[in-house]
Amino acid sequence: MPIIMIRDLVVEYDGRRILDGLSLDIEHGETMVLLGGSGSGKSTLLRQILALERPKSGSVLVKGIDITRCTNAELKSVRRSIGVAFQSAALFNSLSIEDNVALTLREHTRLAPSIVDLVVWMKLAVVGLGDFGKLHPQELSGGMKKRAAVARALALEPEILVLDEPSAGLDPIVAAELDELILLLKEVFQMTVIVVTHELPSAFRIADRIAMLYNGRFTSIGTRDEIRASQNPRVRHFLDRIPEDMTKTSAVAAYFGKYLQTQEASE
Amino acid sequence: MATVLEAVGRRTISELDYVGSLNIQLWATLRAMGSALPLVGNRYRWQAAVRQMLQIGVDALPMVALMAICTGFILAMQGASELRRFGAIHYVIDLVAVGFMRELGPLLTAIAVSGRSGSSFAAEIGTMKVTEELDSLRVMALEPVEFLLAPKYLAALISVPCLSIISNVCGILAGGLFMFFSTRLDLLLYFRYVLDSIVLRDVITGLIKSVAFATIIAHVGCLEGFRVSGGPDSVGRSTTSAVVKSTFLVIVADAVFTAIFYFTVKS
Repeated sequence: MPIIMIRDLVVEYDGRRILDGLSLDIEHGETMVLLGGSGSGKSTLLRQILALERPKSGSVLVKGIDITRCTNAELKSVRRSIGVAFQSAALFNSLSIEDNVALTLREHTRLAPSIVDLVVWMKLAVVGLGDFGKLHPQELSGGMKKRAAVARALALEPEILVLDEPSAGLDPIVAAELDELILLLKEVFQMTVIVVTHELPSAFRIADRIAMLYNGRFTSIGTRDEIRASQNPRVRHFLDRIPEDMTKTSAVAAYFGKYLQTQEASE
Repeated sequence: MATVLEAVGRRTISELDYVGSLNIQLWATLRAMGSALPLVGNRYRWQAAVRQMLQIGVDALPMVALMAICTGFILAMQGASELRRFGAIHYVIDLVAVGFMRELGPLLTAIAVSGRSGSSFAAEIGTMKVTEELDSLRVMALEPVEFLLAPKYLAALISVPCLSIISNVCGILAGGLFMFFSTRLDLLLYFRYVLDSIVLRDVITGLIKSVAFATIIAHVGCLEGFRVSGGPDSVGRSTTSAVVKSTFLVIVADAVFTAIFYFTVKS
């Protein structure tokens, strides 16, 4: 049985349909990349998987529990098996990096403080921040914050790791380092990883399968090679970076063409 | 006419919705309060509550004391200027003592705490919402009401009455200094008259009011933070709104309590 099953998921905001009957299975131990442009519904889908919002209809089953209809206690137990690193890292600025990582350990386990410290150091070491635990989030660079968020997500050794736009806003080298980290985590911890991104190099590097979203629907779901070879026009537009609305581009080009001609004539 | 009625109706529903949200939040917090109590609760919540007590209570102490001293002087001087004409200057003692115990001590404290801590609650929680920290708490299976609100509410329930008592003492002391400098009334004698003029009921009504004010300030501040939507600009708006609404509600509650106590005494 898949670890996550999404069935006929419909989400609407003020009557506007954001997700339109999505269905998707995510298997144990696979890395699923949710790919799509801005406004395609990636983040909304992620919020549904994390039960941060209720859908209009449909279901999201995580480890066999329908998180759209379950009790608070069931939801808490599901959430303890999911680690999340948000796009903005969402670290608590009032706490040090160590305390950020230790938070769930202190709240949800009865580990002795010395063991908590050891686990925290190990998690920070895994993401390459072993020496930075005493610092506060505002003292870290963007890439380091994202790594710290991953360390915090790993604290309870979750079965599912969710990463929202992990490489957004990072330079290519730091983004590549984060991709390596995700591959390493998958290999070492054998966890299911869900990554939301619109970064193509990153998606093709880390994904086992890719689900491509467009206007709240999946246009294509498949392995890296299947997506690469897809002839679906929406997928091709996205992969080949072709603007969808050429009329706007042509209008701008025509305007600047005329402007340049006028400039040349006046000279 | 229909438009006016529509506008009034919409505003009424919005205000009722606000009051309803405040009630729901209050009950949710009361249910979660056990976790913030010392010994029986979670020690991290109690530590957070103690930190909040320092911020709400100790940090506000100089401001509250100064406000009370100034108001005590003003009340004594204004009272004396009128009562002197009737040869009843000694009634200034009753005016200051009873006025502070029943009314001015709790009210001045509430206004100071609303400006300092109510706005701070709204800004803190609002910023956490904007930066996805609240979502982060939820996905870590931590309830924001229990994690953030319960310690703040407990701290306010303890700090505001304590500050009110200090405010009463400072205000009455200022009245005593005025009487000493204007009539050469001995301070010890002044305090004996003060003790004669107030009854236990005055102290209790003042404390009941300050507990109610603490509830209003903590819940309005936190609710305004939770209702933040959009970007950082809405955090600013919610901060202002927290101060305005909590000050307004404190004064309304004061009027209601005063009326209840007044008519209870009459009967």
